[in-house]
Order: sequence, then C-alpha cells, then structure tokens
Amino acid sequence: MALLDVKNLSVTFDTPDGQIEAVKNVSFHIEPGECLGIVGESGSGKSQTFMAAMGLLAENGTTGGTVDYDGHDLLHLTPEEHNRIRGDQISMIFQDPLTALTPHMRIVDQMAEVLHEHKGLTGARARALCLEWLTRVRIPEAERRLRQFPHELSGGMRQRVMIAMAMLCNPRLLIADEPTTALDVTVQAEILDLMVELQKQEGTAIALITHDMGVVARMCDRIQVMRLGEFVEQGPADEIFHAPKHDYTRMLLRAMPRIDEPNKGKPLVPVTDRSEPILKVEDVKVHFPVRLDQGLFGKTVPLKAVDGVSFDLYASETIGIVGESGCGKSTLARAVLQLIPPTLGSVSWLGKPIVGLPRKQMIPYRKDLQIVFQDPLASLNPRMTIAASIAEPLRTFQPGLTSRQRKLEVAAMMEKVGLDQRMINRYPHELSGGQNQRVGIARAMINRPRLIICDEAVSALDVSIQAQVIDLLKDLQREFGLSMIFISHDLSVVREISHRILVLYLGRAVELADRDAIYGDARHPYTRALISAVPVPDPRIEKTRQRIKIPGELPSPLDPGASLRFLTSKLAAGDRNYVPEFRKVDVQHWVAEHDPLEDLLEQKAV
Amino acid sequence: MLRYILRRLLIAIPTLLILIIICFLLMYAAPGGPFTSERPLPPQVLANIEAKYGLNDPLPVQMWNYVVGIVTRFDFGPSFIYKDRDVNDIIAQGFPVTLTYGTISFVIATLVGVSLGVLAAIRHNTLLDYIAVGATFSAQALPNFVMAPILVIIFTWQLGWLPGGGWNGGQWQYVVMPVIALSTSYMASIARITRSSMLETLHSNFIRTAKAKGLSTRTIIRRHAMKPAMMPVVSYLGPAFVAMITGSVVIDLYFSTGGIGQSFVNSALNRDYAVMLGVTILYGTLTIIFNLLADVAYAWLDPKIRY
Repeated sequence: MALLDVKNLSVTFDTPDGQIEAVKNVSFHIEPGECLGIVGESGSGKSQTFMAAMGLLAENGTTGGTVDYDGHDLLHLTPEEHNRIRGDQISMIFQDPLTALTPHMRIVDQMAEVLHEHKGLTGARARALCLEWLTRVRIPEAERRLRQFPHELSGGMRQRVMIAMAMLCNPRLLIADEPTTALDVTVQAEILDLMVELQKQEGTAIALITHDMGVVARMCDRIQVMRLGEFVEQGPADEIFHAPKHDYTRMLLRAMPRIDEPNKGKPLVPVTDRSEPILKVEDVKVHFPVRLDQGLFGKTVPLKAVDGVSFDLYASETIGIVGESGCGKSTLARAVLQLIPPTLGSVSWLGKPIVGLPRKQMIPYRKDLQIVFQDPLASLNPRMTIAASIAEPLRTFQPGLTSRQRKLEVAAMMEKVGLDQRMINRYPHELSGGQNQRVGIARAMINRPRLIICDEAVSALDVSIQAQVIDLLKDLQREFGLSMIFISHDLSVVREISHRILVLYLGRAVELADRDAIYGDARHPYTRALISAVPVPDPRIEKTRQRIKIPGELPSPLDPGASLRFLTSKLAAGDRNYVPEFRKVDVQHWVAEHDPLEDLLEQKAV
Repeated sequence: MLRYILRRLLIAIPTLLILIIICFLLMYAAPGGPFTSERPLPPQVLANIEAKYGLNDPLPVQMWNYVVGIVTRFDFGPSFIYKDRDVNDIIAQGFPVTLTYGTISFVIATLVGVSLGVLAAIRHNTLLDYIAVGATFSAQALPNFVMAPILVIIFTWQLGWLPGGGWNGGQWQYVVMPVIALSTSYMASIARITRSSMLETLHSNFIRTAKAKGLSTRTIIRRHAMKPAMMPVVSYLGPAFVAMITGSVVIDLYFSTGGIGQSFVNSALNRDYAVMLGVTILYGTLTIIFNLLADVAYAWLDPKIRY
C-alpha cells in the first residue's frame, strides 16, 4: 500500500487579479522507502503540491481532492490532528537554510521541542537524542553546536541541522523542497550523500522537489515532471532520462548544460587574435576592513576578499570565473570595473592603466566596460520603463542623438536580445525574470561595449531561459567581437560559454586553463573536487561516479592559515604566511602550488 | 556586552557636555535675562545681583563653574527666581510625580498595546483585527491636549467621579486621568507596530518550519514569533518612555499635578537659567539611559547582535 496517495489534488489561490490555479488535478503516490523526484521549473506548482499536504498553504489558498496518509485525509484534518502527524511521521526541509531556522533559539532548543511535542521527551534524554542525530548528520563538534545559534553555523551545517531535526522522530516520509539549491556544489554533494544514506538506513521515503535534473538523476527512483500545475510525464528515473516521451521533458534535458558534454547550445566563437590582450589584470588585491570585538574599542583587521589575482583577456574571448560563495569572484569583477577600488594591483584596458582614475576620467571607459548583474529585477530601476532603462546609457555617451534616433536604437537592440517591441512601455515588475535579464543585457549592449562582465547573470533563471540567454550572449559575441568575463558558481554553465576558465578559492587563483583542459585535465585538488561534485543529469553515470571529497569545512577567510588548505605541508612546517606559487604547467595552463591529492584526502580536517 | 555598556556610558559624558554648551549658548544668545522685568532695576542693583550669580563672568568661566559644580558636588546651582530654593530641590520635588504617572502610563501602554497588536495579528483579517485597527487609528489621532479636556468633561463635570486636577500625594483618583491622557496615543502606536511586525514575522520562513514541526499556534507565537516581533517595538519603547516623561508638560499644566514639566515651562518663561539647564540635562540623561536599555534589550532579543 502506498505511503502517501494523492488523488485529484488541486490548489487555487485567491488573488486581487482573480483565481490562480497553481496545481491542477494531480494524482500520484509515494511508496514506503522510495525516493520520488518532482521536477519542474519555477511556477510549476511543485512546492505548492506538498505545502497543501503539510497544511502550510498561504491564507488565500484552497484545496480540492484528497491526500491520503495512513487512512487520514491530510486536507481535511483539524490543525490539532495535523500537528500529530507533521514533524512526527511526515517532516519537511526547505530550500533556504539561512532563514528556515528560528534565529533567536539555540539549536538544542529548536530540536528538543520536536521531541517534547511528539514523544514527550525532555531534559537530558532529549538532549542526548539531539546530540546523537547531529553526530549522525556529521556535524563537526556536535556537542558545541547544540549550544550555538543558527547564525553561528555555515549554510551547509544549518541544512544538516534541518535534516537532523526532521529525522528526530524517525518519520516515514521526508519532504525535501529544493534542499541544496542555496548551497555550494561541494556542500550539495555532501548533503545529497547524507540523504541517500539516511533513506537506506532508516527506510524513510523521500519526496525530492527540485528544478535540477542533475540532483534528481543522482537521488531518485521515480520521477514526476511537472509543468504549469500538471504532471506531463512520470516514470522510473532511467526511462525519464533515456527515453523521455514528452516534448517538455526532452526540452528540459536538452537545455540543461552538462559538465561532461559541452557545446549543447551554439558553438563558441574562436578567438583569432592572441597577440595583445585588451584587458590586463595584474596582482589585484581587495581588502575590506573588518572590526573584531577585541579591546574597548574593537580592532580592525583586513578581510582579504581578493588576494592577488592576475589574468589577461583577449578580444572576443570569454573567460569564466568559478568558485564557491565567498571566493571573491564578484568582488574581483567590481575591482576590474573600478566599482570597488582595488587595494593593490593594476588593471589596464587597451594598455592604459585605469586603477585610481578619478571618477570623471573613468566615465569614457565605462562606455566600453559594462556589467550585467545577478538579480535582473533588483538591478533595474522600478520606476523606469524598460525602454527608458535601455536608452539611458545612450543619453550619457551619445548625447547628440535625437529622441527618434534613440528610439530606433532601442528598438533594434530589443529585437537583437529577443524582446517584443510592444513591451517598450512596460515596467520591470511586469516582466518575467528571463525578460528582465534580456533588458539588463540590452542596456549593457546598447553602446556596443568591448567588454561585458556577467556576474551570475543566468543563475536566477530557469534552465530553458538560461540556455536561450547563453545562446544570445554567444550571438552577440560573434556579431560585435565582444569580450566577456562570465562569473558563475555553476560549472556546467561556465563550461558552456567560456574559452578559458579561472578557478578562485578564498580570493586566490588556484587554476587557470583552457576550458577543455580544466574539465579534462584538472590538476589542482580543489578544481578536481569542485568538478566531481557537480551532478550530471544521467542516472546511469550519477549512480556509479566516484567523488573527490576534501575533508573539512570551508575555513573562514579571516583565518591566516585558510589559504594553505591545499598546502598543509607548509602549514605543518610552521610557515603560515607562505603564498602558494602560481606555476605554468602547460601551454595556457597555470596551477597554484599544492600538496598531492592523496595526502590531502588522508589528512584530518584542518 | 559589559564592554559595550561601558563604552556607551563613556560616550555619554561628551554628549552631555555638548548639550550643556549648546544650552548655554542658546540662552546667552537670547535677549533679556532672569532679572529683566517690566520695571527695570537700577543698573547698580542689577550688576550686584548678576555678580552674585556669576552672570557677569565670561561665558567659558560660567560654563566651567557650572560643570565643576555638577561634577564635584552634584550641585546644579540655585534658582534665579525662587530665592531660597536650588535646582536640586525643584527637581527632587517635581520629578517623582512625573516619574510615577509616567511609569504607570508606560507600563499600561506597553502591556495593552502589545497584547492588542499580537491579538490583531493572530486574528488577521477578522472582525477583531478590524476593530483593533480602527480603534488604534482613532486613538493615535487624539493628542493628549485634546484627550485631557475630554476626560475632564466626562469624568469630572458629567459623572463627577474623579477630581479635575491636583496630585494629593498620588492618591489613585488623582492619577487615573493623567495616565489615560498620557498613555492612549502611545498605546495605539505600540499596538500598530506590534501588529505589523508580528504579521511580518508570522510570514517568515522559520515560522513555516515551526508549523511543519507540528507545533501548536500558541507555542509558535510564544517561542518562535514573539522575540523577533518585539524588535521594532523595543526600539520604539526607549525613546517613547523619554517622550512620555518630557511630553508630560501638557499633563502637568492641565491637571496641575506639580510635576517637573510645570517647572520646566515656568523656568523657560521666567528665564530661570539654572532650572532650565538642570531639567534639560535630566531629560538628556534619561534619553541616553533609555536608548542604551533599548539596545541592551535588542541584543537579548536577537543573538546575532553582539556589541
């Protein structure tokens, strides 16, 4: 008998614009102990399906149909009856571990209240069980963590706490709503491993809600593909990936960039002229003062966000910059554009140094140097129509244009980036995320710049839109000979668009090479760990892959020994301030000095 | 935390000094003095009196003597108008009265305001919520100088239940109307801030987690929602308490309670420099202390805040 049996479930929201049907008449079931994947893009209703089952819908939501669990219809329980099931037999973990825990409660209090509520356990016995679970989810120094507050833990640790808390009462079903989307790839790999392990040991069934085909391929036995509130396809994982029947599934699989299979989209434009770089970045450092609570008035120490990074960029070349959160990739981009003044180092554009130029003298360079930001909606002025936003750089750099000429320019650019002419008078909030990102690109492109920095420009977009935007960028590169710095945490996307790739770790470059060399012949242990952590959307490959795991958590950048995590022999020798050399190992291939991977894997966490 | 409090108290010293300097300069710049009256005194007499109070010294010397008096003897100087009383006496007499009904008003405004706000948030978009929102809006629109006469008309003239003014050693009949007049609009503000911040908190992700854990609404409010929802309220309460004490000027005058507000207004009218300065410094000190208390409470509500 199925553990959870959903029949004709529909979810409707009453909004000022009328009724919105988020989930339309879906039926599915979950067997005990299995992992069911629910995949879909944003707005597909995948989360709302389970929110309805958990009684967590917003106040304006109404449901229809039945959700049967163990003879109870979850949609028609009183709150008291529901409270006896949720948290005990069915538990849930959420996407954003930063906000999902109560900020003012200690970890032990948040966990123990579940035991108190459902099992009547309190005091030392509850505490012991909490400690046992924190250890099982492999939280380092579990004993100390019990007394800590959520903000004192890293994102990965918080998600582990969420999982431990959800597992406390040995639930029969664990609902995981995008559990790893907000985490770095290496952390994601560890969290997914942990969930697989718990599923096996405890026999807990898992409902995994995600947009990431790679994650599903790795985790799930069966998959439901959801789109616009309906299931378009369902079946065993192998069938969905290797013999998809529905066009939408096929489209999703095609659009998803793969780390093991580049050039899924349009081919890259080859770089023809490598004689003279157009952009030269030399030993750039950006340090921020951080106040520590020491002494009566505190003490200031530098946080080395970027600590000596160099690279060249040639005409019509794209360099990808990858690294996990906090590695300094966005800071580096801003330092290149002089949006943050670098503390040290030089940046030259077409042979002329631009570091330290007064604001006024920098303005002419801004015409050539543009940036597209991550959050398309937040980076556009909400009070300007999109046409006005796109036209604004024209007013600055080509003040001679008449308003008619400007209109024509804007119209031409909108057509290039695939925006409908009828949208000129719309405001950003009236457009979708993908459309807004096109506006951001059009605004950056309108003066035909020679360099565009894309700072996580496609990260917030659904895969299908993401693929379109990447193709668009490649087209623009071909047409205008544009150079790009493409910053992303997503290694598959970077591989798709970049000629060369620079890997950053805590403000320092660890590897720089041609894209095929980075993915085929990575030398640095960090690069290798990063690449092996990226899930591949193919269950056959995923279930047999070996991963490289560097022991330990990402250290704090304030820790002076942090940058020697891959050169612990120097650390052991007591040389804490040693700066690893960046050595050339091949044509166009540089690697930072490091200990052999085998030694690093053997050692305990630093 | 202790270090932070110490640091804040250290900063309070220059702050108060600057306050004294500004007050001195303002009064120096204003024409007239405590001994100018309609019938001018003979110049020699005036000079003698001014010499007695040190008013003919250069301004920096006056300030120096004043500050030294406070620091060494906790002496705020003599009143220029009431010959036999000094500032310490005047404050010691009026301040307890103001503090008494100010504190009662503060406690009532906070308790009622917070409860009303939380209740309205839990019963969001129900009749109770609408009534609470309506009542707080009306109450906020009533300043205390309108509230006071209305209360007197109803309770003294019409019903004859309460005395229309006086203090009488703080007998309860004399305290009721000052407290109502002073607390109503603050109560309304507190209720409104509590309601909106509680609503916001109830929509946050960690409340969703708490619901998914199977906790009852009562537990969720008490353990998870209350502290974060109180943060904006607390930052309002510090300044609000000081404003209630200083804003009691109207109450003191209207109900003739004999509180410090009355002395403050009189001293300003009479150019009684010493009393004015003394009361200003008292208000300044209160402001500093209560903002500090609010910040300390903040750190208790949110462990992320570490000073």
